[in-house]
Formats: sequence, structure tokens, C-alpha cells
Amino acid sequence: MSNHEHHHEETFITKYIFSQDHKMIAKQFLITAMVMGVIAVMMSIFFRMQLAWPEEGFPILEMFLGKWAPSGVLDPNMYLALVTIHGTIMVFFVLTGGLSGTFFNFLIPLQIGARDMASGFLNMLSYWFFFTSSVIMIISLFIQSGPAAAGWTIYPPLSALPQAMPGSGLGMTLWLVSMSLFVVSSLLGGLNYIVTILNLRTKGMSMTRLPLTMWAFLVTAILGVLSFPVLLSAVLLLIFDRGFGTAFYLSDIMIQGEMLTQTGGSPVLFQHLFWFLGHPEVYIVLLPALGITSEIVSTNSRKPIFGYRAMVGSILAIGFLSFIVWGHHMFMTGMNPFLGSVFTFTTLLIAIPSAVKVFNYITTLWKGNIQFTTAMLFSIGLVSTFISGGLTGLILGDSALDINVHDTYFVVAHFHIVMGLSAIFGMFAGIYHWFPKMYGKMMNKNLGYAHFWLTFISAYGVFYPMHFIGMAGVPRRYYTNTSFPMFEGLLEINELVTIFAILGASAQLFFFFNFFYSIFRGKDAPQNPWRSNTIEWTTPVERIHGNWPGEIPEVHRWAYDYSKPGADEDFVSQIIPLKEGEEEH
Amino acid sequence: MTTFLSFLIVALVLIGIVQIVRIFEIASKLNKPSDKPVSDQDNKYNALALLIVGLGFTAFVGYSFKLWGHLILPDAVTLHGQGIKTLWDITGILILVTFFITQTLLFVFAYKYRGREGNTALFQTHNNKLELLWTFVPAVVLTALILFGLRTWNETMVPDTEGATVIEVYAQQFNWTARYAGADNQLGNAHYTSIGGVNTLGVDINDTLSFDDKVVREIHLPVGQQILMRFRSQDVIHSAFMPHFNVQMNCVPGMNTQFAFTPIKTTKEIREEQEMIERMELVNSERAKKGEEPVEFDYVLLCNKICGAAHYNMQIKVIVETQEEYNAWLSEQQTFQSLVSAQ
Repeated sequence: MSNHEHHHEETFITKYIFSQDHKMIAKQFLITAMVMGVIAVMMSIFFRMQLAWPEEGFPILEMFLGKWAPSGVLDPNMYLALVTIHGTIMVFFVLTGGLSGTFFNFLIPLQIGARDMASGFLNMLSYWFFFTSSVIMIISLFIQSGPAAAGWTIYPPLSALPQAMPGSGLGMTLWLVSMSLFVVSSLLGGLNYIVTILNLRTKGMSMTRLPLTMWAFLVTAILGVLSFPVLLSAVLLLIFDRGFGTAFYLSDIMIQGEMLTQTGGSPVLFQHLFWFLGHPEVYIVLLPALGITSEIVSTNSRKPIFGYRAMVGSILAIGFLSFIVWGHHMFMTGMNPFLGSVFTFTTLLIAIPSAVKVFNYITTLWKGNIQFTTAMLFSIGLVSTFISGGLTGLILGDSALDINVHDTYFVVAHFHIVMGLSAIFGMFAGIYHWFPKMYGKMMNKNLGYAHFWLTFISAYGVFYPMHFIGMAGVPRRYYTNTSFPMFEGLLEINELVTIFAILGASAQLFFFFNFFYSIFRGKDAPQNPWRSNTIEWTTPVERIHGNWPGEIPEVHRWAYDYSKPGADEDFVSQIIPLKEGEEEH
Repeated sequence: MTTFLSFLIVALVLIGIVQIVRIFEIASKLNKPSDKPVSDQDNKYNALALLIVGLGFTAFVGYSFKLWGHLILPDAVTLHGQGIKTLWDITGILILVTFFITQTLLFVFAYKYRGREGNTALFQTHNNKLELLWTFVPAVVLTALILFGLRTWNETMVPDTEGATVIEVYAQQFNWTARYAGADNQLGNAHYTSIGGVNTLGVDINDTLSFDDKVVREIHLPVGQQILMRFRSQDVIHSAFMPHFNVQMNCVPGMNTQFAFTPIKTTKEIREEQEMIERMELVNSERAKKGEEPVEFDYVLLCNKICGAAHYNMQIKVIVETQEEYNAWLSEQQTFQSLVSAQ
């Protein structure tokens, strides 16, 4: 597909719906993820309202949830369903499908100098599996017995037995079907990304000249291809246990007075399989954001990224380590304490490459000439949340300390900051940065600033106080804290969290307005608005199929020659040959 | 009221958007178009805002321990909990120091090196010495932390349980039951197929070890005595969490799990501590607002693994008392054998 000399007629359907152009597919992923994101955010507001003002009636809840919120009071089963679907959508549909699907598709061919993905057809298929999977997940919200409600980690037996809770009926079946399709989508995409980066690089684009975005994307794609099949197998075995009477995860169960015949299975097996994907998944979400940020921080500091090789090394180290730490989610399952020791050891090791990345980001800012575009602000926000959230990992990853904070709000605070906020900040940064390339228009700068500041402040406002709720011993996934006298006195802090959550959610209106307004009425973008070195900015603003009108340019240098002494400007595009006597960095 | 307020916030934000866009459009007509994506003005204001908000947040983190510190659980009332507290304190200090240094550097650099027309950034690609330093230092610190952590973990999870009092905690949707081993300190066998009638835990009625077992709905623990708590579950995964004791263990159907610990403070003692009195004053003032009766402090064992609709209210009271009080309480409880024969 690398040679796109033939120009076929494009109809509306082949251009906008069953498109094989990576740029269009990227936009399809982005818009789908935005829709899913809005749904997930609204869900979080609904359950946050219950936590701040327990059992108070809100007409708005009844309006949206109907019988699940009689006279506006959220039903406990619906509460669990909301946290479950919120988590599922955010982790998989927004931060995996949305983040990877958008930026991998959009940037890989453009930044390595290819006409399109290795297989445009597989790429299209990947989107349509993702789309179908999203639709099924949404459909599950509207069925009689309610959507899946066993938590996004769907631990059996709770998820395996329809008697255990209403959400484990048809809702869970749809969840499993949706997730199976999602895995297929992710594998089709992942293989395509890997093949494209390895095989379709333009002349001169050696691996050591790849922008860090590409390195992060490559490692992420490898993680996905190696770990998502394990989720698929876990899901399939669960489907067998649910429907066909097998006992992979079930043993010795009596539920609702009914004695089940399954024996010999282990619920802990599911957790091992789930977290074998689940932990790499954290980095599948995070690494692309770090890659995007590396590019943006360097461009807008007008400085080379500090320690390019160390950055690549850290990405590889994090990628490798992410496969041998999954057990830290399971310290309290009763597994052998020695196994706990091993996982503590490997988990805390991840702090080393993470620390290196943080120090390198900070040093990149040092003596820079920082341009505060919206993308840059979100990138700095990412570095801040990556530090704040990463540090509490030292507590949760240490099995002895985990005993008292495991499954409490401390965990909720930790992963929302280090994974949720960092990844979503990376995603916003990416959108603001590459919007001109995507749509040929500029986004409104001031709306962007307003969006960033409100989001940044309310993000910390939501998740920082949760550390204290966790240290007070409050378990996550509790419908209300009022059933324990020891948790009274936490209402005030919960109200604060909810108010910030509503503020933060409202702030996203700035983004949505800006996004759609700019597509149609934004200022026309120049070819290289951020004066960046990477080669996507050498393509024409018009965004043609095949990316470059003539030959694909040859690459002569790395992507980080910013403010290089002797250069005419403070940036030197990768396609400009080295001057006589000039050293390659 | 709150619904109205939320709508008000949303409405205000929307109005804000419209106004800002208008201002922007008017302003862009006044200014001559610039080819630079951001102006020096933008850089100045955003950098300043980052400095204020960033350092403000960093400072607030320090202050928050004063503001919300009283919410944090009191020191654990178990022997192993004391060891964990030392590890927690060391890790906590390390985290806070790293947090303050890195966040401050981030926001100060962002402010100090904000873009200005005519400025040039330093061309600097790497510095091996510096990079080795900040790989090596975290590596050393983490090694120490890992070793200390593993020692604490092993002391907690693999203790010598010779002479420990055996208690079984049994989980089902949505309540807890405890079974005491009785005079022989050995629990009778149990299997889910034996569940029925008064035998809610599926204890084997033919196992002689089970005769003196005692099934109760309240957990009493003798102070200073090591307890070996064993866990089973009837239906789905639950997690037995005793926040004040630093004890947590999942209860998994088809699997036996356990946790050993030694309580060191009786319920009576902790109720009399000044810190606890202040906590309970806060709790009772909250309850008074809702018209509820004041309560006294009690330890509790709660469920910490999502298990269904009433997960949030799955609890059992825990009482730590002196050995004499404990013996007296236990002798009043009915043995399993008499429970079954009474049927």
C-alpha cells in the first residue's frame, strides 16, 4: 500500500465511513472516544452526587436513570453499574481505543514518512470492531436487568453468577461480548502499528532517529499484542463458566440458597489472567501519553528532549517490567507471601525508569524558551500528575503498606492521578497540538487556556482529597459511607470532591465547543504552526490521501534539533540535510 | 437546591464560553495578525499562573495534613501494625520530599524559562554524568525501601503462630459469621455441601473437633493474645478488612486464607484516648445534624471487595477485651454440638 499512485474515486461512504485512510480512521476513533468519554464523565457525576449527598433525591438522576433512581435516589445496584461502566469506558474505550486509536493511526504514517498504514483494510476493520464494541457496551445500559456491575475488573464468581447481582445477567454477557470485540480491534490495530513502524519508515528514518512518540507507540503496540489475547482467553473461560457449566473460576459455591455443582476451579486464576493484561494495560494507556508529551515538551521548550537514549531506554524498561508486576493487584488474595515479595520487588523497580523520565522532562525545560501553547500546558500538567500519582505507587506497590490501603479510596486517588489524569492530559495535549494537522484549522487559544486551567485545578481538587478518604479506611465501591459511624465526618470532604468533579466536567464544555467550532470556523492553519521538526509538518495543509504529493522526503537527522547553534532558525526539520561539517547532535 | 446549583454552574460556564469567544473575536480584529502561535504576553501570564497554582498546590499538600490529618486512621492497634507504621512513615517522608523537590523544580523552571522574543534556548542533548546520578540515586533508595518492605511483609505474613487462638470468619452476601475453635483450639472440618438449617457454615457435624466450636455474630478478641484468623466464603469473593488493626485478607470461595495478628489495645482503652474522644465528638456532631443517636467507638470488620448490592453495609462488630472478659464471654456462647442437637 506504500505506493498510492492510483487515484480512485471517493464517495461519501468510502471517504467518511468505510475509509481506509489512516487520517480519517484516526478522526473516527477520536469522535467515538469523545462520545464515550462524555457518557463516562456523566456517570461519574451521578455517582459522585450520591457520595456527597447520600440518598438525597435529584430529579436529574431520575430523568437519566428512570427506574434505577426512584424519586431521584440512586439505587445501590445502579451505583455499582455506574462505577463499573465508568471504569470500563474510561480505561478501554477512551484511554486505549481513543488515545491509541487516534494518535497511532494519525501519527505513525505521518511521523515515519509512509503513505498509509501497512494494511489500510485491517485498519478500517480495527475501527469497525471498536465501533461495534462501543455500541454493544452502550446497548447494555438500556436492558431490563441493567448493565454489568461487578466492577471494571469483573472478578468471578460475582460476575459469573446471575444470582449474585442483577448486573451479572444479560448486562455481563453484553460486557463480555463487547470486550471480546474490543480485543479483536486492539489486536488488528496493534499488529498494523508494529508492522508499519518497523517496515515502512522512509529513507533515512533509522530507529535512532525516530521521534519519541514513535518509540512509545511501538512499545505500547507490542504490549497490547502480547497482553490483550490473555484478556480474551480470560473472558472466553468466563463465558464458559457462565453458560456451559464449566468450573474454571468456580468452586464450592452456595448462592441464594442454591448449591452449585462446580468444584475445583479458582477465582484467583481469573485475577491472574485479568491482571496479566490489566497491568500492561496501565502502560498501554500511559506510554502513548508520555510519548506525545515528549514531543510537545521538546518542541515548545525549543530544546532537544534531554537524554533521548535514556528516554528510549526507560520506555523499553517500563514496557518490559510492566509484564512482571501484575501480582501487586492481588497482594490480599491470600496468595503465597513469597510471591507477594517477588511482585513487590519488581513493582518498585518501575520507579527507576519512571524517575529518569521525570528528571529528563524537567531538565528539558531548564534553560528553554518555553512557548505556552495549550498543548504545552497540558504536557506540564501531565508531568505534574505523573509525579504526584507515581509517588503514591511506592505505598501501594509495597505489599506490607498495601494491606491497609488496598481497595480503598487511596487506590482510587492513585490510579486516577497517575493513569487517568496523565493519560487524558496527554490526549488533550495531542489533540491541541495536532489539531491543525487533522483539520487544517487552528483551535482557539484562549478557550484552550480556560479549558486547561479549569481542568487542571479541578482534577487535583477531585483526586487529591481522596487520599485522605482512603487513609481514613473507606473502601472503594461503597454506595454510601453513612453505614459506618467511623466514616461520618467525611461528608464535607466528599462534597468538596463532587463540586470539583462537576466543575471539571463543565470545563470540558470549553473543549467541545472549541473543537467543533474550530473545525468549521477556526482560523486556517499554516503548514507548520508550532515550528516543529518532525516530518508530519512537511505535508500539505490540505491533508491528501497518501500524505505527500510527490516523493516521500528523505530524513537526514533526528527530530530534536531545536535551537541548534549555527542553524538559521530555532528549529531544523528532519528533512533538511546536515550542513557541511555539522554534527548530527 | 444542589441540583439548582449544579445547573447554575453549567449555565454560568456556558455563558462564560460565549463571552470569552466574543472577547477573543473582538481582540483579534484589533490586533494585527501574528504568525507566532503564542505571544510573549501569553507566555508571561501562563507561566505566572503555573508558578502560583503549581506552588500553591504543592504548599497545600503540606497544609492538607493539618487540615485533614484528623481523618486518617489512628495508629494500628496490633503488634505488626507498629512495624508497618515505621515503614509507612519512612516511605511517606521520602514521597513528600521527592514531591516537593520535583514539583517545585517543574513549576519554577516553567516560570523562569518562559519564552520571550529574542531569547534562545540552550542546545543540550544529554549529560551522562547527571543521568547516571539520577538513575543511581533512586536505585539505591529503592533497594533500601524494597529490603525494608520485604522484611516487614515477611514478619507480618509469615509469623510463628504456635499458640495462637484460632477463629474462623465466614463471609456470605451480606453478612459475617465467626466461629471459635473452642477448648481444643481446633476448628472442625467444613464443606459447603453440609450447609443447611442452623448449620449455616457447613460444619461437619460428625467431626469431633467441631463439637466445641462456637458460632457467633460478634467478634471478641483477647488483648495481647495472638489470633490466627481463617477465612472462608460461601458465594463470591469478599475481603475481611479491619482498618484499625492493619489486617486485610480476601475470602475466596473454594479456598482457605488466613491472617495472624496480635491486638494490643482494648476497645475500652482506645475509647478513653483523647484523640478518639475528639474523633467521636466530630462523628456524633454529624449524627446529631441528621437527628441520629450518639454512638460510642467500636472496632469493626468490614467487606472490602465488591460483592453485590449491600456490599457497603456488610459489617461485624469487633471487641477487644481483657483475657478474663473474653473468657467470660466465650463461656456463655453455645457450642456447635448443643446448637445442632437443640434443633
